[in-house]
Amino acid sequence: MKFGVLRFPGSCDEVDALRAAARVGDAELIWHGERDLKGADAIVVPGGFSYGDYLRAGAIARFAPAMESVISFARDGGLVLGICNGFQVLCEARLLPGALLVNANRRFTFRQLELEVVNARTPFTRACVAGERLSIPAKHSWGRYYADERTLAAMDDAGQLVLRYAPGENFNGSLHDIAGVCNERGNVFGLMPHPEHAVDELTGGSADGLKLFESIRLAVEGARG
Amino acid sequence: MTPTAPPTVEDALALGLTAAEYELVCERQGAPPNVLELAMYSLLWSEHCAYKHSKKLLRTLPTEGPHVVMGPGENAGAVDVGSDLACAFKVESHNHPSAVEPFQGAATGVGGILRDIFAIGARPIAVLDSLRFGEPLGQGATRTRYLLDGAVAGIGHYGNSIGVPTVGGEVYFEGPYEHNCLVNAMALGLAERERLVRSAAAGEGNVLVLFGAATGRDGIGGASVLASAELTDGGGEDGAGLDSKRPTVQVGDPFEEKKLLECSLELLARELLVSLQDLGAAGLTSAAAEMASKGEVGIEIDVARVPLREPGMEPFEVMVSESQERMLCVVEPANVEDVLALCEKWEVGGAVIGTVTDSGLVRVRDGERLVGEMPVRALVDDCPLYDLQPRKPDAPIYPPPAPSSALSAGASASETLLALLASPNLASRRPLFEQYDAIVQSRTVRRPEQADAAVLALPDGGALAVSIDCNGRRVAADPYTGTVAAVLECAANLACVGAQALGTTNNLNFGNPEKPHIAWQLTESVRGLGDACRALDAPIVGGNVSLYNEGATGPIYPTPVIGMVGRLPDARRAGRLGFARAGDRIALVGPFAPSLDAGELAKLLGHSLPDGLAAIDVVAVADAQDAVREAVRAGRLSSAHDVAEGGLAVALAECCLAGGLGAEVELGEGTVAGATVDLFGEGAGGFLVSGDADAVGELGESAALIGLGTVGGEVLRIATPGAGEILSVTLAELGHASAALGLLFG
Amino acid sequence: MKARVLIRPKQGILDPQGVAVERALPALGFAGVSHVHVGRLVELDVQDAAQLQPICEKLLANPLVEDYEVQLLDGSG
Repeated sequence: MKFGVLRFPGSCDEVDALRAAARVGDAELIWHGERDLKGADAIVVPGGFSYGDYLRAGAIARFAPAMESVISFARDGGLVLGICNGFQVLCEARLLPGALLVNANRRFTFRQLELEVVNARTPFTRACVAGERLSIPAKHSWGRYYADERTLAAMDDAGQLVLRYAPGENFNGSLHDIAGVCNERGNVFGLMPHPEHAVDELTGGSADGLKLFESIRLAVEGARG
Repeated sequence: MTPTAPPTVEDALALGLTAAEYELVCERQGAPPNVLELAMYSLLWSEHCAYKHSKKLLRTLPTEGPHVVMGPGENAGAVDVGSDLACAFKVESHNHPSAVEPFQGAATGVGGILRDIFAIGARPIAVLDSLRFGEPLGQGATRTRYLLDGAVAGIGHYGNSIGVPTVGGEVYFEGPYEHNCLVNAMALGLAERERLVRSAAAGEGNVLVLFGAATGRDGIGGASVLASAELTDGGGEDGAGLDSKRPTVQVGDPFEEKKLLECSLELLARELLVSLQDLGAAGLTSAAAEMASKGEVGIEIDVARVPLREPGMEPFEVMVSESQERMLCVVEPANVEDVLALCEKWEVGGAVIGTVTDSGLVRVRDGERLVGEMPVRALVDDCPLYDLQPRKPDAPIYPPPAPSSALSAGASASETLLALLASPNLASRRPLFEQYDAIVQSRTVRRPEQADAAVLALPDGGALAVSIDCNGRRVAADPYTGTVAAVLECAANLACVGAQALGTTNNLNFGNPEKPHIAWQLTESVRGLGDACRALDAPIVGGNVSLYNEGATGPIYPTPVIGMVGRLPDARRAGRLGFARAGDRIALVGPFAPSLDAGELAKLLGHSLPDGLAAIDVVAVADAQDAVREAVRAGRLSSAHDVAEGGLAVALAECCLAGGLGAEVELGEGTVAGATVDLFGEGAGGFLVSGDADAVGELGESAALIGLGTVGGEVLRIATPGAGEILSVTLAELGHASAALGLLFG
Repeated sequence: MKARVLIRPKQGILDPQGVAVERALPALGFAGVSHVHVGRLVELDVQDAAQLQPICEKLLANPLVEDYEVQLLDGSG
C-alpha cells in the first residue's frame, strides 16, 4: 500500500513522516502545488510550520491545491492522518471538528509523553489495545485542543476522542486531555504528538508510533481483502 | 553627512574608523572616499569584519590535520566523518544585537550561522547555543530574566521553525555579563565530502545573482555601530539608553530561510553555481568584497537591480543593509535562467545584480551612474592589523561575587550540595531546552540531559557527537589554564559518549583589546587554545571573535567558547550519563586533582577569583579521556559523566537524577584529604563511570581509578572511613533543588 | 478603500496571552488593569467592501474560536 505525504513550504517533519511510513508501505512526497495524489491509499499531513504558521497555524495551507484533492479524497472515505501542524490544517479545513489554540503555558514545549488509547477501533489505532499507553514525543506551541462542550459530548458518544494525554502529561491545556480526534466517519484523524518520531528506539525513545502507521496499513489491506 | 558634501574625517570617526585608518583609506583610494566608499570601508575595516586586533594571534592556532576537509577562511569549516561524508560546523556570536533585542538578536544569530553552513553546501542538522547573562536573582534580575527569556525564545523560534534540532548548549549566570550578555550559536551540517562549495568568485563575465528576501534598512551600520564599540547604557536598570540602537537590529524570518536553504541546496545539487556566499554582517559589502578577494577578481554591482522593500534607499544603504535571509552566488551566463527559475519555484526572489570582472576593483553603480570604486585588496586585505600590548593586571579586574543567601555558614555537606544544585549555574536547564525541538530530522540519539554530549546518527551506523563549553570564571582566574580546561572539558564530553574530537571551532568573547589587561587575557587564552588543540589533535577549522564586550561596569569574563565535533563508530553504543542499574559499581577515573579555586562553591561563598589556577597535566587527562572513550565504545560501561562544575558530589547527583537511582559512596584513602575539597572541588581530568564490577575493574588497568561505591536505592549517601556518613540526600530532594530554574519561567 | 480588521479570542475561551499581559502589568507599576485580551490586527486595501466579510470568515479569522470586527477607514487611513 502507498502513503502520500504532503509537503508545504515550511513543513519540517515531512521527511521524518516519509521515512516512518516507508517502514510499513511505499511512501512518496506530494508537493503542495500538485493536485495529483499519486494513487496514495492514505494521506499524511505532516508537522512543521507550513507558511510560517502565519496568520494562524494551518490557515493558509488548507487552501493549497493538494489540500483540495485531500478534501475530496477524505469525502470519498480515504484515510487521512494529520500530525501536529497537519492536525491544525485539518481543523482549519473543517475535516475535523474543533481548533488548536496556543498552549496554556504560551511556550513551545518538547517532551516525550505518555498517551492513552481511548478508541482502538479506528483505522489509525486498530493495532493498539484500548487503554494501552504509547510513549510518543510532542513538540508544539499551538496544541491546546478546543471545541465547545456540546461538540465534545457528541464526539465522545461517537467514539471520536481517540487518544488522550495520560494523567499529568497534558502540558498544553487541551480540554479533556484530548491528544487526538477523528471525524464522525472515522477516516480522518489528527493528533498533536508525533508518531513519526517514535518508530525507532535509538532515536525515538520508543517504537510505539509505528503502531499508528501499522494500523493504517491493516485498514487499507483489510478494505481490499 | 549630507549627500552633496564629501565626508570628512569626523564622519569617519563617527563610523568607527580611527583618524589614521581614514588617512590610509584616502591613500589607497587616491582621494578622500565618498559616502558609499566610506561606509563600505568603515564596515570592512571594523573589528567585526577585519579582526584587526585578533588576526595576528589567530594565525598561531593549529588549523591542519588529517580529518580537515575545509579549514578557516571559508563560510564554515568541515571535517571528514567517514563514508564520504563531511561535517561542516562553526560557532558565531551575536552578542551586541542580543543585548538590544534578545529575541531577534538570538534568532538572527541562529539564522546567520545556519546560512554559513548551507553556503558551503551542507544541510544543517543541528544547532547548539552558548549563553551568558548576569545573575537572575537580586539586582538586575528583571533585565536578566528578560534577556534569558527572549534569547531562548528566539533561538527556539528560529531553529524550530526552520526544522533544525537544537540539541545542546550551555548557560552561565555571572555578574560580569550583566551589561554584556553573550549569545553564541553553533551549527553543524552534513554534505558529501567531495561536494563542499567554496566562496571565491571566479570567471570574468560570470554573473552575480542575489536571492532570498528583499533588501530593506535592517541593521544599517550594524557592524560598526554595534559590534566594534563598547556598550554604554543610557543609565537605568532596564537599559533605557539602548533603545536608540533598536532600529539597527535585524529581524529574522525562519520561514524565508527554510525556502532559501532548500533553494540553495538544490542549486548546488544541480551544479548551477560557480560559488556561493551568504550575506551576514555588512551585507552585500562584505559578501561581494570577500568573494572578489578570494577569487582575486573584481566585482561590479548595480544597486538599482537589487530588489528592495523600502522606498528611496540610497546606494550606500543598499550596500550595507543587513536584511536577513539573502545569499549571493556567481553563475555562468548559460545557467542564469535555470537559477532564476529555481528561485521562483522556491518562492525566493532572485535577481541579477552584477558581474565578475578582472579589474581587481569593487565598482558600485546606480543604473548608469558610477557611485563608488574601491580596490578589492584595499577593502579586504589592506586593513591594518594591530599588535596587542598585553600586560598582566597588577590588581584584580573583577569584583568578588556576592555570597549566596542560599548557603549559610556552617552548612552541612547535604545542605551545600542542595544549594549548589539549586544555584543558577548548576540547576537543570530543562525549562530552557524544552523550548527547543531536539528531534526533527530523526537523527538525535542522545537528547539534552541524557548524556554529556549530543549524539546524532549517521547513515553508516556511526554517529556524530557535539558539545559546546567554556567556564569564563576559570578563564578569568587564569586565561591560559582556563582555556586549556575549556578545550579539555569539551573533549571530555565527547569521550563520555564514545567520540573522538575531529576538529574544533571557537568563539573568542573578550573585552576591549586596546586595554593591556584584556590584551593579556586574549593573548594567553589563544596560547592555551593552540596548545590544547595541538595536544588533542583537534585543529581549529573556523570560528569567530567578538571584542569590546565591556561597559561602564567593566569587561566580561574572558570567554573563549569551544565547540567540538567528533565521531563514534556505533550509534547504539553512545554513552549515557545516568546510572542505569542497581548493583553497578561506581568509580572515579583519571588524574583528578580537585581544588575549590574558581569553583562554583567558591562563588556561592563569595570568594574572590584566585590569581592563577594549578597547571593541568594535559597528557594525563588526554590519556584518561582515551581510556573512558574506549570503554564506552566497547559497550562495557553503564554510564560515563565528566566531573565538572560543582565537583564530584554534583556529578554524582546528576548521575542519580538522570538514572532515577541513588548511590552508596565511600570516599576512601585514595581521595584527596579534606571532605569539602573532595566533594565540591573542581579540576580537569575526572570521570564518573558506572558498570559491572568486571568492566570497572578493567578500566582501572588503563587509567587511574578509585572505586567509590554502588548504584542503588533512592538516596545519595556519601561516607568517609573516618567520619562515617557525611552526606545523605534523597532523590526527591535532589530533584526539587535541581528544578530551581523553573521558577524563572512562570 | 482601506479596511482594518480586529480579531479577538472568543469570550469564554482561555486567553493565556491576555492573562500573561495582565499579570505583568502590576510589576511594572500599573494597578487596576483587568480583562486584558490579545488578538490580531490586519490592514488591507480592497476595491470591493463586500469582499471583507467572506475574507474574514474564510481566512483572517477562525470563527470557531475568534470574533472579528471590520472597520472601514477613510482615505487618510
